[in-house]
Amino acid sequence: MSDKALLLDVVDLKVYFKIKNNKGLPWAPAATLKAVDGVSLKLYQGETLGVVGESGCGKSTFARAVIGLVPAEAGKVVWLGQDLTKLPHKELREKRKEIQMIFQDPLASLNPRMTVGDIIAEPLQTFYPKLSKAEVKQQVKEMMTKVGLLPNVINRYPHEFSGGQCQRIGIARALILKPKMIICDEPVSALDVSIQAQVVNLLKELQAEMGLSLIFIAHDLSVVKHISDRVLVMYLGNAVELGTSKALFDKPTHPYTKALMSAVPIPDPDLERNKTIDLLEGDLPSPISPPSGCVFRTRCPIATEQCAQLKPQLEGTSDHSVSCIHTAV
Amino acid sequence: MLDNKQNSEALSEFADKLEIEGRSLWQDARMRFMRNRAAMVSLGILVFITLLVAFGSHLSEFAFDDTDWGAMHHAPSIESGHYFGTDSLGRDMFVRTLLGGQISLLVGVMGAFVAVLIGTLYGATSGFLGGTVDRVMMRLLEILYGIPFMFFVILLVTFFGRNIFLVFVAIGAVSWLDMARIVRGQTLSLKNKEFIEAAEVCGVSKWKIITRHIVPNVLGIVAVYATLLVPQMILTESFLSFLGLGVQEPMTSWGALLQDGSQTMEIAIWQLLYPAAFMVVTLFSFNYVGDGLRDALDPKDR
Repeated sequence: MSDKALLLDVVDLKVYFKIKNNKGLPWAPAATLKAVDGVSLKLYQGETLGVVGESGCGKSTFARAVIGLVPAEAGKVVWLGQDLTKLPHKELREKRKEIQMIFQDPLASLNPRMTVGDIIAEPLQTFYPKLSKAEVKQQVKEMMTKVGLLPNVINRYPHEFSGGQCQRIGIARALILKPKMIICDEPVSALDVSIQAQVVNLLKELQAEMGLSLIFIAHDLSVVKHISDRVLVMYLGNAVELGTSKALFDKPTHPYTKALMSAVPIPDPDLERNKTIDLLEGDLPSPISPPSGCVFRTRCPIATEQCAQLKPQLEGTSDHSVSCIHTAV
Repeated sequence: MLDNKQNSEALSEFADKLEIEGRSLWQDARMRFMRNRAAMVSLGILVFITLLVAFGSHLSEFAFDDTDWGAMHHAPSIESGHYFGTDSLGRDMFVRTLLGGQISLLVGVMGAFVAVLIGTLYGATSGFLGGTVDRVMMRLLEILYGIPFMFFVILLVTFFGRNIFLVFVAIGAVSWLDMARIVRGQTLSLKNKEFIEAAEVCGVSKWKIITRHIVPNVLGIVAVYATLLVPQMILTESFLSFLGLGVQEPMTSWGALLQDGSQTMEIAIWQLLYPAAFMVVTLFSFNYVGDGLRDALDPKDR
């Protein structure tokens, strides 16, 4: 991986939210919700990084913090040598040319009162206000063809499209500025399985064609395995395992990753019937008061007393690293 | 044969190039509204009443303040030219009803317009900025809610004398409060929609987000509320006029006419009936149009 150019370097990113207690007095101290608690990773050009984890583990917040939609509490988001968390608002907006995002709900991410053409053209008009209408239209049509939409539907409105088509519109809008990186926040979880495959393959094709880097967030492991070069597993705002797709899926090391992997359905009925799923006990602890030490220890089958004291860090090679004091790669 | 093939090829090529016009949500809403018969009939009646009120006085030979000494409490008749009869001073009821309509509709539409303008701006600002600004603006609104409306009007009238513009001010100052709350709520729910976030990611400025993304999506509800606000304004004005706080003689409004008519209803029922009929029909129509608009713009229908 080191032969490729480093695009994004996230260092110890933390995102905290203040939760106000409505029952308490107005001046009572607000509780802190640790949505993302110290995640580091590197992203190289042309690479796809999958982020997986159960609901509420901070995947989306992590993505939003990287792109600057939510402020980071601490840590750095270094984009091509520049720390995005310290940039003033105006310069951060300029960076949006290079970093774009695709959203989870295809229809909700499109303004219902704008035509498809206007929606896709909006980033262009924002950053290149001098472009003539004909040029904008030309570019929009090219982009629509690229993502598999007929260019003659340019005057239609979002509610006239299916979910898959809406997601294609969202992809076209993200791509029109020719960004270097796209953050996909569960782009396929609201779609039918057959449409999911189409959209994922479209993303793969576009990535190969335009040399994009992707951060691909999902909770569907099969999709992540299909598209990712490397995978980050998150649990309660922490990174528990990071590795190349092959290493991680062939040899999951962290007990949480193992449990996740065992829940993936196998497309062979005989194997599927006989496999055992490592069920995790209990629920996800509250991120307002996470467990001390290793955050996973309350549900971990191999937890010991040590786990409550030591907070493990990601350790291992660049191909595969894990944060657990009992297991090593 | 060859020709035929060429033709069909050219045709399909042409079809590919043809851009399909999409139907916007507004067009969809208009079609749904047009299919609503009650709303369409009401709209027709409203247009008719507005035209009649604006230009109908030319149909009569009398002016609104002319007194026909020979025909006091004259019953409606075609021959005498008093189509709706006359009042206790011999003034023509037809002309006066139309004049009253002018004032009432003006107050209604102007009042609603003022309320919508102030309310939308106030609400959108409060909702979009959020935080402390929002809290302060909403508390201020609640304080204004607490002022008794009639007390406020009587105060204005005693200080500045009876004046139709004061009625505007009084009604407008009170009725924008609801509007502001409605728009604020809408803005709050829109603010967290993904397409606003998407616009932010695309680098769109705050002002552009308000004008391009929030306002068009709030307009539907504003339009509905505005049409329902007009009859409310007319009623309030009538109420004020009925209490003698509204327009000044010899000008009149439907409310003032109703008040005059109610005093003579035992001997000259037409003095009450005609203005009342006009007002009832207008209020009904406005309400039906508002309901029709609401149904047409209702997102649940989509």
